[in-house]
Amino acid sequence: MARIDIRLGGSGGQGTITAAAILGYAAVYAGKKAVQTKSYGPEARGGAARGEVVISDEDINYVKVLKSDILVALTQEACDKFVVDAKEGSIVIVDDFLVKNKPQGNFKLYSLPIIKTAAEDVGKSMVANIVTLGVVNELANLIDYEKLEKGVLSKVPKGTEELNKKALQAGIELARKAKK
Amino acid sequence: MAKKVEFMMGNHAVAEGALYAGCRFFGGYPITPSTEVAERMAERLPQVGGRFIQMEDEIAAMASVIGASIGGVKALTATSGPGLSLKQENLGYAMLCEIPVVAVDVMRGGPSTGMPTGPSQSDIMCAKWGTHGDHPVIAVTPASVQEQFEETVRAFNLAEKYRCPVIVLTDAIIGQMMEQIEIPEPGELEVIERPKPTCKPEEYLPFDLDKDFVPLAAFGSGYRYHITGLHHNSDGFPTNDPVLHTKNTKRLIERINKNYDDIVKVEEFMIDDAEVLVFAIGVTARSAKHAVVEARNAGIKAGLIRPLTIWPFPEKHLDKILSKNKIKGIVVPEMNLGQMTLEVQRVARGRCEVEGLYSLMLDPILPAEILEKIRRFV
Amino acid sequence: MSYDYAKYLRKGKLPHIWCAGCSYGIVLKSLIRAIDSLQWDKNDVAIVSGIGCASRLPGYVDFNTLHTTHGRSIAFATGLKLANPKLNVLAMGGDGDMTAIGGNHFIHACRRNLDITIFVFNNNIYGMTGAQYSPTTPKGAWATTSPYGMAENNFNITDLAIGAGATYVARTTAYHVAHCEKTMKEAFLHKGTSVVEIINSCPTGFGRKNKFKTPASMLMWMKDNAVNIEKAKNMSPEELAGKFIIGVLHKVERPEYLETYDATVGLKK
Repeated sequence: MARIDIRLGGSGGQGTITAAAILGYAAVYAGKKAVQTKSYGPEARGGAARGEVVISDEDINYVKVLKSDILVALTQEACDKFVVDAKEGSIVIVDDFLVKNKPQGNFKLYSLPIIKTAAEDVGKSMVANIVTLGVVNELANLIDYEKLEKGVLSKVPKGTEELNKKALQAGIELARKAKK
Repeated sequence: MAKKVEFMMGNHAVAEGALYAGCRFFGGYPITPSTEVAERMAERLPQVGGRFIQMEDEIAAMASVIGASIGGVKALTATSGPGLSLKQENLGYAMLCEIPVVAVDVMRGGPSTGMPTGPSQSDIMCAKWGTHGDHPVIAVTPASVQEQFEETVRAFNLAEKYRCPVIVLTDAIIGQMMEQIEIPEPGELEVIERPKPTCKPEEYLPFDLDKDFVPLAAFGSGYRYHITGLHHNSDGFPTNDPVLHTKNTKRLIERINKNYDDIVKVEEFMIDDAEVLVFAIGVTARSAKHAVVEARNAGIKAGLIRPLTIWPFPEKHLDKILSKNKIKGIVVPEMNLGQMTLEVQRVARGRCEVEGLYSLMLDPILPAEILEKIRRFV
Repeated sequence: MSYDYAKYLRKGKLPHIWCAGCSYGIVLKSLIRAIDSLQWDKNDVAIVSGIGCASRLPGYVDFNTLHTTHGRSIAFATGLKLANPKLNVLAMGGDGDMTAIGGNHFIHACRRNLDITIFVFNNNIYGMTGAQYSPTTPKGAWATTSPYGMAENNFNITDLAIGAGATYVARTTAYHVAHCEKTMKEAFLHKGTSVVEIINSCPTGFGRKNKFKTPASMLMWMKDNAVNIEKAKNMSPEELAGKFIIGVLHKVERPEYLETYDATVGLKK
């Protein structure tokens, strides 16, 4: 697997940075290389928060996301801001409720009810980031499910394991339906 | 997989590397973006029989690690730009008094309070010339979380072997990012222990001006002697003699220069037939490597020189390549306004063009920007 | 008196740098007697100093001696003590070194209560650099940097130490040699951070220009104006005006830092 640049965009508090770190951890646990970075530049200011992680089977040179192979946008602002850096033919996943203006471009767009699934099916909107991980992993086929689950469970607060397991599973289901 | 692989923050890897190297004392002061080194040491040191202290200021933190080292314990401190400025007088003390310590500088944008969370590589010259007077400096420059660990171990080894302070010069991106790391097994990496004097205590000359290195006796070990930041004679007592002042200053510098081959570590990537070189450290070197690969894919004979030791400056390495290869130009990307470029120009001595690529934009320099500079030379 | 100081003095390191009439030599002898009376192994004693006339003392005595940077003796001493707790660590320096440039380390050491001893040699002036005013130069006094008289308020070093949390605080003088030795010994034995202010005289930098005609007159001033704390208890404020108190000003038991730290973190040895 050559490098896959993943950008998880949302607003502060949606846990996108945590999700990026979990994904990186799970990838490393699965024997891959991963780098998760923070943002510092001018674009780090303002409302749109992002978690970034690069995953590869090879050495990762440039540490940050260049153009995304996978972009998740949980808010309109994040979508508008980051979609310009989505690669041609890449995967773009947006929340179907919060991103009303669907992005146009040469990429595969999935508009999914991520936040609604977290809030209603799983029962807590704060696990939207874990639902996201399930979606991303299923659509991009990044890591063995068990490894991802193990990664998630080892990084979430104690006592929330079942909730997060459910969230991950719900994300996978969302993606499976979308693939059909 | 037999090896223990973890996904770890760069600053935590520094702390783990220090512990692996046998560091058992940390004296620090909170400063972004280095604080995670202190936090990790506060948690981990007691587990291995070491002690942590958060001192009242940066100056005290530096002083405390020198004091601990004189007490016979390997010691670490960590800071960022403003703290590095404050530590400089005592770094000079450790240089003159030949006390092994390791100081980490997680570079952020300066001067002054500057950009507290903003990554930078603008302390390169501060690491070298920050303290007053003529002096030797060893500074290592990791570029990955793995190297944060390994170079910290090497920093301790160099400090002990060459009886001097060593600076781990890293940046806020490498320090703050998370990446895979294979934690070396005990014994896998060399760990140099401080030699102990074997002479009779009354014959001990702790700063023997006629020798390059004398083992440093720990206070309390039976070798009673005097340490002073005044220029001193072989026995450690102050002298005003300009001849001795000259002799000792040169001795301290020369004994580092003489061991260039052991101290200076450089990664050379695709340089055998290279016509264009990129010279970069730390996070910028990773952008540079990406750019060199892309250049090669485009048929351009580019190569990378990546110092893991920036001080002493890797001039022998650079000189050798410039004598051997027909180099059209050297690109020096750095997250400052041209500190390392000056050194590269000095060593190039007009043999080829040297072009800096500078950025204060806090994100790493893009491979495409470096590639563009490479293209200009072909 | 036939006391054998040579046992503790480094051979060939005298004469010292201090001016004729300086009181530091007297205090040095008190220090030697105090340590000798404790019967400490010389290898277990470390003396750490900063910069200034007083801070040159460690060079003359046969212990583990560390002459550090200006004001930083306590910070070096802290690291040294944590690295090797069996050392008896004394941090010492002048009034400028300890309470101006080193003031932050001084108050935080008092707060922390690590088992080290701090001696402040207070001669009310920066002597080595040539008589500039210090935090303890009396108001109105002449110094090269207060040529019209000292305009700043000054520190009461012992009040500062008590306020900052030191668990043993005493004052003595170079004149009261027996008292000085006894106080030093007590300070050394105290568990926790102990501070002793030792009133000293700088005839060259301070005395000459501040109406002390001779070095002896400065010592006489100490004799005439020092009041033992026991005696002071029965004196009125009016009677104490212009005087200063010597003796143990403050002594309390509080958990020592290193023991507390090791216990708190469950240090694995």
